[in-house]
This record gives sequence, C-alpha cells and structure tokens, in this order.
Amino acid sequence: MKLTELARQSGAWLKSEAPSAGIVISSRIRLARNLTGYPFLSRCDHQQKLEIQQFLREQIDSLGTPEKLRYINIDEAEELDRQLLVERHLISRQHAQANGGRGMAFSASEKTSVMVNEEDHLRLQVLQPGLELDDAWKEINQLDDLFEARLDYAFSSKLGYLTACPTNVGTGIRVSVMLHLPGLRMSGQIEKVTRSAHDMRLAVRGVHGEGTQAAGDFYQVSNQRTLGASELQIIEEFKNTVVPQIVDFEEQTREKLLSDHQQFVDDKVFRALGMLQNARTISSEESLGLLSHLRMGLTMERISNITLDTLNELFQRTQSAHLQQIEGRALSAEERGVKRADYIRQRLSRN
Amino acid sequence: MLCQRCHKNEATIHITEVGNGEHQENHLCEQCAEADGSVVKNPATINQLLSSLIMAHTGASELAGLTCPECGISFLEFRQQGLLGCPNDYEVFSQALGDLLVRVHGQDTHHLGKVPARGATKQKKNVELLRLRRELAIAVEAEKYEEAAGLRDRIREFERQ
Repeated sequence: MKLTELARQSGAWLKSEAPSAGIVISSRIRLARNLTGYPFLSRCDHQQKLEIQQFLREQIDSLGTPEKLRYINIDEAEELDRQLLVERHLISRQHAQANGGRGMAFSASEKTSVMVNEEDHLRLQVLQPGLELDDAWKEINQLDDLFEARLDYAFSSKLGYLTACPTNVGTGIRVSVMLHLPGLRMSGQIEKVTRSAHDMRLAVRGVHGEGTQAAGDFYQVSNQRTLGASELQIIEEFKNTVVPQIVDFEEQTREKLLSDHQQFVDDKVFRALGMLQNARTISSEESLGLLSHLRMGLTMERISNITLDTLNELFQRTQSAHLQQIEGRALSAEERGVKRADYIRQRLSRN
Repeated sequence: MLCQRCHKNEATIHITEVGNGEHQENHLCEQCAEADGSVVKNPATINQLLSSLIMAHTGASELAGLTCPECGISFLEFRQQGLLGCPNDYEVFSQALGDLLVRVHGQDTHHLGKVPARGATKQKKNVELLRLRRELAIAVEAEKYEEAAGLRDRIREFERQ
C-alpha cells in the first residue's frame, strides 16, 4: 500500500476560507471509546487485540458514513506511510510506533479519521479548518452514533464513557484548536496564555518541533477536563471564551508590534522571504521559523503576492515524510534539506 | 552553566536557533524558556498526579494490595503505567480514583455528557436530569428566570416519563 497520493495534495481541512483562518489553523474534536467485554489495551493479549481490530474493521467498512473511510492496517504499513499519517495529523506518533493490532481509517477529505487500538479501543477524530467546532461536533457525534448502533461501549451512568486513562473518562472528548501565535511568541507573552489556560483546565502545547519546542509558532490548546461537563459546555467555552480571547490577544499584540516596531516586523518578514526564495538547503526547524514569519507578514498584510493556501501547503509539504513520499524513497537529512529548499523556491516563484 | 537571561538558575534548556545564516545558541533555565515561549510546559502528567496522590493517601499500603479480579491489574501496576486494565477497575480502585478525578476534572465528577442510545434509557434519563438540574441552578444564579421556568417544566416532564 502506498500513500504517496496523499503527500501530493493538501488536506481539505487546511483551506484558508475558514473563519478566523489567519490565526486559527484548525479545530479538532476527538472521542475516546472502548468496547465492553474486553479489557483495556494494556491488559489485552495479542490475540484479543487482533480480534478487536478485526471486529472494528468490519464495522468501519460497513458503517455507511457520508464519506467512505479507507482502512489501513498500521502493523503492515511501511514506515514512511506511518510517518506521513502522523504528519497529516491522522494518527498519533504513539500509534505509529506501537505494536500489535493497530489500525486506522480516514476519509478522502481527511476530515474524519479513526484510530483502532491506540490507547483506547476506538478513537474518533474530526478535523475542520479554522474555528469550526460546531460542525466538528455535529460530524463526530453522528459518527459516534453510527458506531454505537452496532456495538456496546464501556459506559457507566456515573462516570460516563470508561477510558483506559482516567484523564479521559466521562465524555472522552478532547477539543483541540491549533493556533498560529507569532506575535505573542515574538513579544514573549506565550507564558501568559499558558498560565491563564492552565487556570481554566486547558493545556497548551507546541505543535511542531522536537519535544516541547514550539517551532513555527504553532500552539495547540486543548481541554483537560472531560468529566462533570457536557460536550456542548466544553465546546461552547472554547468557542465563546478561550479561542476568541487568545485570538484577540494575538491581534492586539500584532497591532502593537506594527505601531511600535514596524521596521523590526518588516525585517523579519522580508528576511524570511529572501531566505526562503534563495536557500539551497534548509532544515525543517529553520523553514518552520521562516514560514511562520512569512505567514505572519501575509496575515498582517505586509506582503501580498502569496496566498495563505500556498503557505499552509508549504508547512505541510516540507515535512520529512512528505518530501520522502514525493521522492518515492527514504532520504538522508542532507538530501531532505536540499529537496525542501528546492520545493520552497519553486513554490514561491510560482506566485 | 547559568541561564543567560536571568543569570541565576542553572541553564537546563539549550536551544539552537537557526536563522539569518547563523546558529545562535541559547542556554536558558526552565522558567526563562517558558517565559520566552520556546518551551511549553505540559500540565502535570497522570503519573505525577498518581504519585502525589499515593503519597497523600494514608492507607497507601491498603491500596497497594488491591487487585482487580476481572483483569488482574494491581493498583501498583496502574500507578506505574497510568493506564487502567479494564472498565471494572473504576469500581475496584474507586477510592483512590475519586481523589484523582477531582484533581483532573474538578469537584463535579458526575458524567453530564452523551449517553449511548442502546439499552441505556434509564441511564440516559438520569444523566439528562442531572444536566437539566445543573442548568437550572446556573440559570437561577444568573437571574435568568424565564430560562429557569422552562428548565423546571422540562425536569417535571422528564420525571413523569
């Protein structure tokens, strides 16, 4: 099985016409579910994991979702395909690396995806561009209903959906919004966001980069609380309070940067443009940082001859597995640097 | 090496920034790196929560002896891996989990969300009632009396079913 065709297109959730698309990249909702009658995965033996995978695969294949889901057996998938699925946000890094009875399925638009035997038996995900949590909830709720009509979930009336980790119990919902916050990063104010988010039982993480470093200034905000509030309460809080506040903070910071330090901002933006248009080899960290400045420049209207779609695509296509998929083979870090620089130069000159 | 920003704490985070054709090395302590936005500190992990919980628990030895008869996981194994072995563990370890759930999710640890449609009508009713009652309390507190009256009607209707 080859997933190369995926690497050649951008996911439908990356389109720029979405609400608040300048700062809010995507909205994601995930639901964690487990089957009754089986232990959670840490206590399943290999045979049980295979049985669960087989059973869930049959359900997925005949589910009747609006968009058909394509099933992939992760255990049999090639390393580069697994990495590509991680880069597309369709599976977790953990799922790509684990062992035994793992599967996933996704729709052609990549908005809907499912993980089989990750930390829980079943994890559903819907990804939407921009701030679109209502739609995401509607879709994932329908998907959950389709599964639920065919199987029994582990559930208790007091604790809700029972999950392998007690941090997910209850609704099993994880709402995550991916934000581009170069202004707050540049002005050293990310900490204020993390601190106030923490007070609201939210987690903030850097999206790209190794470990906890936030390369490219992308941050993901997600709920920690899954019990004692309904799905809609959790979503409403995100939609009406958390995200608008952060977006507002970022916008105000950008305005202030522009009125007080216009030369500094323009220098960052045009330097990034110059480097990206001329580099002959570039690492993923460096390109993430420069693309971030370019993206900021574009959404602040400091430059105009590039589209947000092009930049969003560049962020995705310059990741390691994407470059290697397009090349059709594994590349060394040095080769990747050259291919990445080539691709960026070529893509930016097309505008 | 001391943090190059505050010159007080030990630098534990070393970041190489590549840009403008140069490599710039930054050596920061955790606090400064976090203030800078270069590093985002994750909230306490489940394992950290678990170990602090066990420490706080006076009956720790009693907990340590607990094992789930269904899946065979012991409390210590759960504590070590941070993952439960089966749905029944929520019952078996309920005493210790109660504290943990409050820490993670807040004081209110009763499910208020979706309920599976099949074979769970009664559960659904219970959860729905709880949710409506909670909404009622919030509406009353916010002096939204019209909304509150509507909620009261729905609760009565629900109870009659």
